[in-house]
Amino acid sequence: MIRTSIRRAVVPGIAALALALTGCGAANDDSGDNGGSTDSASAGASLSGELAGGGASSQESAQTAWRAGFQSANPDVTITYDAVGSGTGRENFISKAFSFAGSDSYLDDDEGQLSAAAERCGGEDAIEVPAYVSAIAIVFNLPGIDSLNLDAKTLAQIFDGKITTWDDPAIAALNDGVDLPGTKISPVHRSDDSGTTDNFTDYLSKAGDGAWSHDPDGVWPIKGGEAAEGTSGMVAAVKGGEGTIGYADESQAGGLGLVSVQVGKEFVAPSAEGAAKALAVSTPVEGRADVDMAMDIDRTTTESGAYPVLLASYLIACQTYDDAAEADLVKGFLSYIVSDEGQQAAAEQAGAAPLEASLAERAAGIVGAISAK
Amino acid sequence: MSTTTPLEPDTFAISANLAQPRLPRWAVVLVGVISLGLAGLVTLLTGWSLVGGLVLAILLMVAGLPTWSLLVEGRRAAADRFATALVWAAFAVVLVPLVWLIWMVVDHGLSAIDREFLTYDMRNVVGSGGGIYHALWGTILVTLAATVISVPIGLFTAIYLVEYGRGKRLARATTFLVDVMTGIPSIVAGLFALSLFVLIFGPAIRIGFGGAVALSLLMIPTVVRSAEEMLRLVPNDLREASYALGIPKWRTIVKVVLPTALGGIITGVVLAISRVIGETAPLLVVAGATDSVNFNLFDGRMMTLPVYIFSQYSSPGVVPVGMEGDPPGYARAWGAALVLIVIVMVLNLVARIIGTYFAPKTDRRR
Amino acid sequence: MSVTAPPQPRPAKAVVRPGDRIFAGAARVAALTIMLALAGVFVFLAIEGLPGLSAPAHIYAPAEDFWSYVGPLVFGTILAAVVALIIAVPFSIGVALFISHYAPPRIAAPVAYVIDLLAAVPSVVYGLWGGLALASAIRPVMDWLYENLGFLPFFAGPPSVTGRTMLTAGIVLAIMIVPITTAISREVFAQTPRLHEEAAMALGATRWEMIRLAVFPYARSGVISAVMLGLGRALGETMAVAMVLSASPVVTLNLISDTNPATIASNIASNYKEATPDKQALLIATGLVLFAVTFAVNFAARWVIGRSERNVAR
Repeated sequence: MIRTSIRRAVVPGIAALALALTGCGAANDDSGDNGGSTDSASAGASLSGELAGGGASSQESAQTAWRAGFQSANPDVTITYDAVGSGTGRENFISKAFSFAGSDSYLDDDEGQLSAAAERCGGEDAIEVPAYVSAIAIVFNLPGIDSLNLDAKTLAQIFDGKITTWDDPAIAALNDGVDLPGTKISPVHRSDDSGTTDNFTDYLSKAGDGAWSHDPDGVWPIKGGEAAEGTSGMVAAVKGGEGTIGYADESQAGGLGLVSVQVGKEFVAPSAEGAAKALAVSTPVEGRADVDMAMDIDRTTTESGAYPVLLASYLIACQTYDDAAEADLVKGFLSYIVSDEGQQAAAEQAGAAPLEASLAERAAGIVGAISAK
Repeated sequence: MSTTTPLEPDTFAISANLAQPRLPRWAVVLVGVISLGLAGLVTLLTGWSLVGGLVLAILLMVAGLPTWSLLVEGRRAAADRFATALVWAAFAVVLVPLVWLIWMVVDHGLSAIDREFLTYDMRNVVGSGGGIYHALWGTILVTLAATVISVPIGLFTAIYLVEYGRGKRLARATTFLVDVMTGIPSIVAGLFALSLFVLIFGPAIRIGFGGAVALSLLMIPTVVRSAEEMLRLVPNDLREASYALGIPKWRTIVKVVLPTALGGIITGVVLAISRVIGETAPLLVVAGATDSVNFNLFDGRMMTLPVYIFSQYSSPGVVPVGMEGDPPGYARAWGAALVLIVIVMVLNLVARIIGTYFAPKTDRRR
Repeated sequence: MSVTAPPQPRPAKAVVRPGDRIFAGAARVAALTIMLALAGVFVFLAIEGLPGLSAPAHIYAPAEDFWSYVGPLVFGTILAAVVALIIAVPFSIGVALFISHYAPPRIAAPVAYVIDLLAAVPSVVYGLWGGLALASAIRPVMDWLYENLGFLPFFAGPPSVTGRTMLTAGIVLAIMIVPITTAISREVFAQTPRLHEEAAMALGATRWEMIRLAVFPYARSGVISAVMLGLGRALGETMAVAMVLSASPVVTLNLISDTNPATIASNIASNYKEATPDKQALLIATGLVLFAVTFAVNFAARWVIGRSERNVAR
């Protein structure tokens, strides 16, 4: 058997080796141009090397666009982004496994991560810049109805199980002329720990006028009810049942009914521009360093056209790196991300909201100062 | 077997059975047609789904044939018919999800597969286009490495359990621990492999080989369990015949025991490969994700098909403005799933051919 | 055996050749490697997970402490595995028998091949199929169960509108373990010595009696192995359950409502990504509990088998 098993292994082994030797790179690697990618990046000098980052999976689509744009301009660069989740991303950044991280929530000191990040960066404050802003659409599935007007209080009561049918007076009062069916409402929440849930519950608790008694959290705080894994799972679950309502990234909400939320006196449908506007009027977190753009989103804004149900995902990096090549790569890539070009690429390919000019300018200034020690 | 055993009365009953009335050969077909017809009628009348109708037909068949048989042929034959009907029904019912699943993958996946899909990687690809070349190689290499690690360990463990360790405490403990090992959640295996490699190489390590280690943790129990069963079934007469010829134990194992059990062992190994080739979580954690081709198991991130499927499904990109339909990632995810299944299909086929080629002639049916 | 043979030059005592010693050593080393690997996993889980036992209370939300956090998960894990096994085992044995004893050889080989393929479908695809196709298709069945068998706690309802229930997850798990149990069972069935089978047939047994008398006793331990492997997969399956099940931290036997307990593995997969260090420790500690559950289940199964097997001569 030893002999036969060797023989058995040798044949496919040799075949695999032969294939490996002949089949080198992928067919699209040697040709620089590729459909849909931008032709030049903002980084002037051509860079080379590998850069590893990772974190929030919400950024994954946008990161794909950014990597493609940056790698096309710098063909010798390979950037990887492991969509392992914000928490693992921050961990890995602090343990130096990643050079930069994407995170749906800013660093804080509840578990010492802010100071740990500063320690990782050689005692200097870590950089945090918003890079990916996306509206969270509140989606529902009712045949024949494409949009509804709701305010945060009603939404909170719906998701809390206080309002149980679609023809409830509270809903009808906000939707004159819409023929609401008596279907049972099935609120769907994310079963995984997610930044989307965190931002959505933050909105309900801050804007819900006391109707939402739970603290904002990435884990859905109520026991029971429909739950689904991930944005794709959420969309599938809402599509799969009648009378369902859920929340998902605006770019993935195609084909479902959309809720326009009340902002001031008007009702605003989810849009990238509205989200960008709401972020621009938000207040920075107090006591942060100049390079830290952490922001508390103003969920109760009355700014016309602002859409306050949004997710702002940050990039976390250091001001200085030990290795000059690493510093150049981080600086180049992050500068590209916050540049007009990068933000446009993310808007087209991932449905993100481009940063407002003032924010983008400040972010560009911060990442432009990244240097080697 | 001894001829001196007195004939029991039962024997006469059986010989009498020969003269008992039997259902005609076409009885099965007749009952089948009637069941289908009845079920079809009910389905039409009540508006059930197709699957519901089929289930009803199967139930009718399983109940009808044995009843008829009980009336004509007697209890024992009826029991036999009932068992036969149940076995066929089990097979038919299992076919439903199977065909459904495979049809779904083929239906969604086939349109995505073309030359570009198989030879392009995802480097600098946004929107539609791109391919699985990098993930394909990643999966092949990582799985191959996992097989190389786990087959010798698994096979030798099985040999130890069957040939050397009978009744010993180590053997008993090992059998038990192997069972416990089957319950390790894949993500825990991944985290374990990651912390192992981080301990050795520092925090930034993400290599394909780590994924192979995590996968072999999941593979070993299946290999051990199936190989152990197959070795145990090798008749002791064969071993004793070999010992009687003065052949050392290890040569007996290599030349007699293993070849006899080869078919089963190969099935077990292929099954183990099939079990792990589709694992997502451990590979994402240890082997990371990348857009580019990497042939080196020991340096840098490696994309694999399951991770590719998962990331294409969870971040499918957006539908271009003014277009209808699903985001471009979904088609790539289904295409990659189809390719993964085809890989295992080929692997399975090759293993079977090799198995029959090397296995000694026995009275096994296949 | 002949008396005229010359006396053996060697003593009758077994001679241990170097080849034998190496081979036996290698076999033992392999067995020890497995113990080492398992001990490694255990130590890893213990070191990383222990802080999770006594983390700040908000980490366990919406539960209060570790045990109330992990309790529903343990319950869900076992419930899902039991549902899956109840569905999968009869079908696996049926299909394995079909392949080994009932089907014409021309059909048997391709069928075996296709069922093996089912083992290779990535768990993500099972999750997709379960969530997109099966969940909506099974809703009428759940409505029917609710209306006709609603008095049983399992079908107390009200049925979920999306169909992402414990029953659906159990069926998906069952389909995932059918190939494993079928493949091993059919190999074992096929290994039944021809002589036993033919002897039974010669005594006038019907095919079913032959299988009961000759095949099942012979294949018993193999089938149990197969079921244990399937059980392992059902206990440890991660992505498919996470993608199909509508999970909440509750304890309920209700298989068809929208509120179902998660399994330990799926809960780790759902929450690990975004977890802070304390939460990660907690999740790894639940992994340790899963380890203990697997341990206990196997121990119990082994005890039951050991008791009943003493009566069966192999």
